[in-house]
Amino acid sequence: MAEPVSHVTAQMPRAKLAGLLLFFLGPAVVIYTLFSIYPLVATMALSTYTSDTSGARSFVGLANFQTLLGDALWSKPFWNALGNNLIFFVVHMCVQNPVGIALAGLLSLPGVRLKGFYRTVMFLPTMLSVVIVGFSWNLILSPLWGVASGALKAVGLGSLFAPWLGLESSALVTLSLISVWQFVGIPMMLIYAALLNIPEELIDAARVDGLGQFRIFFHIKLPLVLPTISLVSVLTFVANFNAFDLIYSVKGALAGPNFATDILGTFFYRTFFGNQLQLGNPTMGAAVATVMFFIILLGLCLYLFLVQRRIRRYAF
Amino acid sequence: MRRTFKAGLGAEVAALALLAGLASAQAGSLKIESWRNDDADIWNSKIIPAFNKHYPDIKIEFAPSAPKEYNAALNARLDGGTAGDLITCRPFDASLALYQKHQLDSVDAIKGMDNFSDVAKAAWQTDDGKTTFCVPIASVIAGFIYNKEAFAKVGVTEPKTLDELHAVLEKFKKDGTYVPLVMGTADQWEAATMGFQNIGPDYWKGEAGRANLIAGKEKLTDPQYVAAFKEIASWAPYLGSGFQAQTYADSQNLFSLGKGAIYAAGSWDISTFRGQAKFAMGAFPPPQPAGTTDCYISDHTDIAMGINAASKNKEDAKKFLEWLTTPEFATIYANALPGFFPLAKTPVKVEDDVAATMVGWRQTCKSTIRNSYQILSRGTPNLENELWNVSAQVVNGKLTPEAAGKQLQDGLDKWYKPAK
Repeated sequence: MAEPVSHVTAQMPRAKLAGLLLFFLGPAVVIYTLFSIYPLVATMALSTYTSDTSGARSFVGLANFQTLLGDALWSKPFWNALGNNLIFFVVHMCVQNPVGIALAGLLSLPGVRLKGFYRTVMFLPTMLSVVIVGFSWNLILSPLWGVASGALKAVGLGSLFAPWLGLESSALVTLSLISVWQFVGIPMMLIYAALLNIPEELIDAARVDGLGQFRIFFHIKLPLVLPTISLVSVLTFVANFNAFDLIYSVKGALAGPNFATDILGTFFYRTFFGNQLQLGNPTMGAAVATVMFFIILLGLCLYLFLVQRRIRRYAF
Repeated sequence: MRRTFKAGLGAEVAALALLAGLASAQAGSLKIESWRNDDADIWNSKIIPAFNKHYPDIKIEFAPSAPKEYNAALNARLDGGTAGDLITCRPFDASLALYQKHQLDSVDAIKGMDNFSDVAKAAWQTDDGKTTFCVPIASVIAGFIYNKEAFAKVGVTEPKTLDELHAVLEKFKKDGTYVPLVMGTADQWEAATMGFQNIGPDYWKGEAGRANLIAGKEKLTDPQYVAAFKEIASWAPYLGSGFQAQTYADSQNLFSLGKGAIYAAGSWDISTFRGQAKFAMGAFPPPQPAGTTDCYISDHTDIAMGINAASKNKEDAKKFLEWLTTPEFATIYANALPGFFPLAKTPVKVEDDVAATMVGWRQTCKSTIRNSYQILSRGTPNLENELWNVSAQVVNGKLTPEAAGKQLQDGLDKWYKPAK
């Protein structure tokens, strides 16, 4: 029998071990530092500066954050963006993840035909460029030439059609649902993989005890994949609070109508890069990015301390 | 996702730096930064070869970015020292900021600058008007383009007043074949630029009103501004169904497919329509409100070109800018890009009939630029952004004209103190 790895490394000369560590970890550390840690620290540093018209920067401490959260000119759009972002997240949690779980549950049922086909088709939108997704849905929902109004009319629901993407009341939810459509493949795949890991014996035992597929799913399978579901929720949270591209490609940087679709990502973009006549303000933009980082950090901490620790894991 | 966004940006900047480095390594070569990626073909096949007839040794590369990303990309490249030698200048503050950061050189010494009027140069001058930092290239004119076949079919003629415009729109609505007025509010700027700024100058008397606004003698809550908003609000019943979700591209397609009668237009649309529309088109200037006699048009200075202060080849860059002031360039530009009108004093013959009609308005109406562009969009909240937002809302019926004026003025009052 081969020795456990820990024994091998313990017996290794120090220098050789260090060389080995450097070989395996070095590239990741370098890349991670260069493209992730350094930009993050640089962003935070930049957020404590301000620049004048000649482009010269001076240190102002936390003044940018005071303006962002204390001055109504900045705080109003900021809270609006945060609120919209929460709605964006809630729609994903309430639609994307349950649908993803349901699809995974259906795919893992014994005796489903064309499994590979369904799996691929449902995962396809995830691999499409956001620009294509935005463009296609813009066309589908277009009141001028979209198929949506015709399709609704065909089933007698023509009166329900509205220019959803253009109305203040529905634009954000519509965009959220487009995003759900695009990314539903990710929770589906992750949960599907977790479901496949459940030992057959457990399912067989349940079936011997007389449970139907429905109850097997809710009483046996679902509790066993809860850790994966919570992981999916965290991924959704991080992705949603960093979202930007879909809104930008469909509604532009002004995220209309009347900022109804403005989320933190578009707010950041507008602040940092500017828009039409609004000049970009990199230092203020960095402050927005830093606040976004802390919002996500806070969300992750809450998850780690309140949820992650209480989840029971089962080893098979 | 944020990390990848940043990393992506970093990689992009690095790649651009590499490309720029390779391009500028060549002696006697110039690179042009521009947002007019639609015109790349014309620059490469007409403008640059014409210049090379005079200066065969100067190699010019036209390197445009997408219009939406231009300002951000250009600033990143200028800060990183990788931008091209010649910079296409946005009007007013975006370029003024570049000059103040010493990223653009003064062009006052360029031969031929006296070929431009003060109004033409105003968009690229310091506030005191003493230094000009870009050579004006072209302006765009707002108005209405219409489908001549549709007008003949329904039996209407070009409206001269707003009352006549409403009568025409009503007729088209009754007829039902065409969308009476093509304009969407999804992209917001259409309502501001082709709505408010298009018909507005007749209300606020063009340059006089614009100057008064900057001087603080007029407010956006004054009746003339509210009346302009009232006018665009009254267009809603004549727009296509679901105009709230109609994008600019939708509007262009709707009209060029022959489904619309009147299109609230900028002259820059002409070249698009020439390529796509199969019917005869005409243009009429913004119809006048009742009781006004003088007419005004939005003749907006939009494009200029300056020299990157960090360029290694300023001598050749100056030669190119000098050539931009010549009638030869103006003629090529005006006819290759109908709808972009040269700003030089020497008149240029425009072949395209719609473009010729529009530029002809300069003889009968007084030109003015968009009132939100100079000085007034310098602070937070940004007047231009606000104008897009409220104009779209006014057309959507979500905001009253009075409330729109109040929101704009309140926003302006928060940071703008007119010089007494």
